[in-house]
Amino acid sequence: MLQFKEIWRTFRRRPMGIVGTLMLLSVVFAAIFAPWLAPYDPEARIDVEPEDLLSPPDADHLLGRDDAGKDVLSLLIYGARVSLTVGFVASFMSMFIGTTVGLSAGYFGGRIGNALMRLTDFLLVIPDLPLMLVIISIWGRGLWKIIFVIGILGWTYNARLVRSQVLSIKERQFVLRARAIGAGSLRIMLRHIFPQVLPLILAQAVLSISGAIIAESTLSFLGLGDPTLVSWGMMLNFAFERAISRRAWWFLLPPGFAIVWVSVGLIMMGTTLEEIVNPRLKTHHLFDPRHMVALVAGLRPKVEAKGALE
Amino acid sequence: MQRSDYLIRRIFFALATLVVVIVFNFFLFRILPGDPIKSIARSPRLTREARERLRVDFGLDKPVFFDGERLREGDVLGAFDTQFTAYVRALLHGNLGISYRSRRDVAEVLAEKVWRTVVLVAGAETLALLFGVGLGLASAWRRGTRLEMTILLLALISWGLPNFFLGIILLLLARGHLPVGGMVVPGLKPEAGLVYWTDVGRHLILPTLTMAIVYTSSYILIMRSSVVEVLSEDYILTAKAKGLNTFQILRDHALKNAMLPMVTMVALNLAYTVGGAIQVETVFSWPGIGRLMYDAVQLRDYPVLQGTFLLLAVSVVVANLVADLLYSVLDPRVKAE
Repeated sequence: MLQFKEIWRTFRRRPMGIVGTLMLLSVVFAAIFAPWLAPYDPEARIDVEPEDLLSPPDADHLLGRDDAGKDVLSLLIYGARVSLTVGFVASFMSMFIGTTVGLSAGYFGGRIGNALMRLTDFLLVIPDLPLMLVIISIWGRGLWKIIFVIGILGWTYNARLVRSQVLSIKERQFVLRARAIGAGSLRIMLRHIFPQVLPLILAQAVLSISGAIIAESTLSFLGLGDPTLVSWGMMLNFAFERAISRRAWWFLLPPGFAIVWVSVGLIMMGTTLEEIVNPRLKTHHLFDPRHMVALVAGLRPKVEAKGALE
Repeated sequence: MQRSDYLIRRIFFALATLVVVIVFNFFLFRILPGDPIKSIARSPRLTREARERLRVDFGLDKPVFFDGERLREGDVLGAFDTQFTAYVRALLHGNLGISYRSRRDVAEVLAEKVWRTVVLVAGAETLALLFGVGLGLASAWRRGTRLEMTILLLALISWGLPNFFLGIILLLLARGHLPVGGMVVPGLKPEAGLVYWTDVGRHLILPTLTMAIVYTSSYILIMRSSVVEVLSEDYILTAKAKGLNTFQILRDHALKNAMLPMVTMVALNLAYTVGGAIQVETVFSWPGIGRLMYDAVQLRDYPVLQGTFLLLAVSVVVANLVADLLYSVLDPRVKAE
């Protein structure tokens, strides 16, 4: 599609977007090639001496060992798989629900639209993390349960965004014409309106991946991660309980920095994309024209428009 | 639409939300597999009297929501004599059940701990707002300069920084200089007066700072785009043409108008702040509602979990209502959505 070619042409000239993309790609690379990159297999049974437990970094174990004597670097590389799976799948779920709700609320308006928006408002004021904690601790721990809970609670912002866009798009000429020649509601929504909102949804999706990754690591840190998988949040949970008193920074810091690395990369990518597809005012009346050239890619916070959209 | 209509609608929505929260809270703990409520009432950890009291208070021998059989017999009122009505009745009496572990009244435990979280969250929000508004204003005004870039970069990194990890970093850095866990040095009693409260204050520094740093970033970003928008309004050009200096324009025109969306944001952010409190209180063992919730999760203490969730959800809903009402007072333009 021409639209995406244009977006890419602008995107590749934004250093912030490119750096963010590279940061994400490095983690994707680690996740895909984990068996070749990781120096040790985290699943393998190992024989350890007492002094191996939480031993500091050395030539054989670049990031030292954890409290069970396992190589921290290998755990870290494999952990990328969990984070990215949760991030991508949960974000896809949120985007799907949010887009469906936003499209129908905006297009149909009236009672259906109102009811859907009240549901959105309701979920928006319910504190996410406590709700996730409650659901997971009753339902039980598991990767797919975590993904489900994050996905099903994370769509509200996207729904509002899509709706506000649809409200203006549906009044445009081409939609009226399509309706005039007899196109059905579903066809108008999918063929005429959806492609117009898609770039904005994609920018939002990138940001929501980072939200989902942070949510998973928080749940895991609080002891509700999938017990069969070692995610970064889970490593932090173990490290915080067992390694902090021994100041084993090599076990504590790497998983945390990995989370920050991938989520900051995604945020840089997402905000750059959003800036391109959702052009806002780039200048103002107190603006010093000398700085025009240095104008950085603006940031559009995830939470910003929540209040302003309606 | 009249303003009073708007107010009535907001109040109605808040009430409806509260009802949904209560119904939801009731079903969540009964529908999901495992049915924690029943297992609590059978728990051998409680005394026989406590179990009996739970059974009566929460009507565990009755149907869950609706008694179809009694309705068919023509007993309309009796059909609603169920676990749900028992739950609502107990709730109205402030009865949230008995903690599985400590065997204390949940409402009592919550009342004891809630102020600790309020102090933490209020302190962190105040700091975050001060810095967020200041830095956001500065970065919008100095658009395109190195100052804006630096502020944005910092805001962006702390946006991707989970609360609990920042807590861990600060804990590692500050250990030895500041207290990193608990509320007060063991053994110190409130009777010690000033010494006691100074010590509590020292224990508050790290948790407050952690939360403040994370929330400053979102306020910077909101404030910045809000100010940029205001600064491109024509009345700013008018003010400039009148000969006001930049400082006057920023203070009297930009700041006041840009602050409006912040009111809504503070309330909406509260839903996240509550989540932040859980993480930060866990890292620094601050004995508030958040730590209570974490402990309840670890110990599968369902009555406490249910009580804390209800308290947190209700506070956020009420805070949002207050923000809505406040907003309509501050901005007379607000009528409909």
